[in-house]
Amino acid sequence: MSSREVVLARVRRALADVPRGEGPEDPPVPRDYDIEHGSRTAAETIDLLAENLADYRAIVHRTDAAGLPALLARLLAERGARTVVVPPGLPDHWLAATDAELLPDTAMSTPHQLDAVDSVVTGCAVAIAETGTVVLDAGPDQGRRRITLVPDHHLCVVRVPDQVVGSVPQALPRLAPDRPLTWISGPSATSDIELDRVEGVHGPRVLEVILVGR
Amino acid sequence: MSGTYLGMPAFPRAAAASTRDTRLRANLTHATHTIRDKRARAVAELDDWARLRAAGAAIKDRMLRHLDHYLERLETAVTEAGGQVHWAADADEANRIVTRLVRETGETEVVKVKSMATQEIGLNEALAEAGIRAYETDLAELIVQLGNDLPSHILVPAIHRNRSEIRAIFRREMASWGRPAPEGLSDSPAELAEAARLHLREKFLTAKVGISGANFMVADTGTLVVVESEGNGRMCLTLPETLISVVGIEKTVPTWQDLEVFLQLLPRSSTAERMNPYTSTWTGTTDGDGPQTFHLVLLDNGRTDTLADTVGRQALRCIRCSACLNVCPVYERAGGHAYGSPYPGPIGAILTPQLRGTAGKLEASLPYASSLCGACYEVCPVAIDIPEVLVHLRERVVEGGPVTRGGVRTVLKPARGHAAERAAMRAAGWAFDHPGALRAGMRLAARTRRLHPRRLPGPGRAWSDTRELPAVPAESFRDWWQRTRGEEARDEAARGEGSAK
Repeated sequence: MSSREVVLARVRRALADVPRGEGPEDPPVPRDYDIEHGSRTAAETIDLLAENLADYRAIVHRTDAAGLPALLARLLAERGARTVVVPPGLPDHWLAATDAELLPDTAMSTPHQLDAVDSVVTGCAVAIAETGTVVLDAGPDQGRRRITLVPDHHLCVVRVPDQVVGSVPQALPRLAPDRPLTWISGPSATSDIELDRVEGVHGPRVLEVILVGR
Repeated sequence: MSGTYLGMPAFPRAAAASTRDTRLRANLTHATHTIRDKRARAVAELDDWARLRAAGAAIKDRMLRHLDHYLERLETAVTEAGGQVHWAADADEANRIVTRLVRETGETEVVKVKSMATQEIGLNEALAEAGIRAYETDLAELIVQLGNDLPSHILVPAIHRNRSEIRAIFRREMASWGRPAPEGLSDSPAELAEAARLHLREKFLTAKVGISGANFMVADTGTLVVVESEGNGRMCLTLPETLISVVGIEKTVPTWQDLEVFLQLLPRSSTAERMNPYTSTWTGTTDGDGPQTFHLVLLDNGRTDTLADTVGRQALRCIRCSACLNVCPVYERAGGHAYGSPYPGPIGAILTPQLRGTAGKLEASLPYASSLCGACYEVCPVAIDIPEVLVHLRERVVEGGPVTRGGVRTVLKPARGHAAERAAMRAAGWAFDHPGALRAGMRLAARTRRLHPRRLPGPGRAWSDTRELPAVPAESFRDWWQRTRGEEARDEAARGEGSAK
């Protein structure tokens, strides 16, 4: 008998007390919890997102579509970024104003090459106000997971209000389970030393989120 | 503390030593109090916490009651998405599978994400025997590994170490594992974290094989979820060519939607954050992004035995948040090592004896490592009634009875050393069954009350060293009731009988 059969047979024996008629959808799960905590206007939801992102040490900026290229150029210059890795589907005009060298992400670029890059600029799939989270789904304007991980500076553009939801239960239906997802809530952090929170371990130590209006 | 759980003493002996360690006590008090207050604030932000908690418990119960169905579904979904699923009935089998999979890649080094399951099966030691070096990449696990130590907390394995001890370990050990600690390293947590970043960077960038656990596995979609803070998880899950995830079968949840409950319950209970910095989800493999080979090792190792116990199975709901450790008065004083397993604290006291059985001295002692105060149940985000299971396991230790071990039903003999407890309970049971004898006994006790000792003689002495013996009243409650309300009670009983007719 294979281990698969051994384990499954053990499970079935262990569950002898479960009535035969009970299906896998039983017993029902009470889902009377809140879909969103409190009620907010779209503008209030965006404010909450900004507040919660900042609370976990992300740096938040706001601009409109016309102001985005100049803002990105300024933020890259402020960090002294000479090289920026760019996902394949990032709108061209976003980085039209920067002097930094733009490096397209190719399948060939190794972790070591990415380690030498200063910054990365991406869009996102959805942002969650209540938790201060941006979610990447490896879409064309976000690229492979590694490009937002190895460089030390991540600039993430959120289109407001379209990409912003209030809560976790509102975010999940907008995300495809078959895509690799990265949920980001502030820069990397640790509480492993005396349970004191320290920002900046292995992931990008600086996370800047740009909320772009229509 | 050397890096093995083998031959660990029973809880009372280990705790007798650790409770005298004043530095450990100070480290633990500081850390657990910091986190428990933060957790309370994070939980208070959500008005519907009680409903989320009930939903979390119900989802896990539903999964457990149909675990065979959901495991098969998970296997199908992972396989269709390009992953390979392996089944391991016990720790040895899981270690053999992982060792073989690493060997097949031709690599002799692997990077690891913090994983309770691989701690439980002793994977690092098994890999070392096969000539494969496993690098722990979580900061706390790194501290534990470099210090040749054992983890003492689920979330913060090095909670027993303070910053100056960590600095000393880094300066002493980092060089023999890779990049040495920076010159002039201070003990500020920020500098220590930076030292870990530099030390592990090269390992991440060159690693070809990553090993992880998972917080959740979605049966419907075949998606695995890892919740973390530092980014070491993302490194191990994204950069290597091969990913091997070892996950306990009870980590399954039925649907994608179920994550909306757990991604709210877990971060707030665990690190007391609205959301942890990084959550990664992946489904099989993705062309051109992340590991191109993915193996999932489904681990039993005592979980089905736990499932067979209808009272104890609720322990399998656990999402390893560690909130119960942080509020436990026993954990706070005894520390995690006294529990003799990677699962310390209240949850360890019910999980370890069920996963391993109660035949060993350590395992038989764990259900007693509690004052039954119930704080653990109160904070548990999936409402595991830990005190109920503790009492149930005490009964099993004392009385023996039917249990399942290694998938086989067997009858456990009563444990030695509990003969006096058993005799006292039997005597009490008999007395309560015989009201006449009970009344006579109580009257005798009341009349002789002046002669009662302040301390118990013989083996009871240790117990009464730290406790007041209950004083026997001059008159028993039953006698008092008869004397003052006897007539009334009889009348009422008569009326009740009359109306019932």
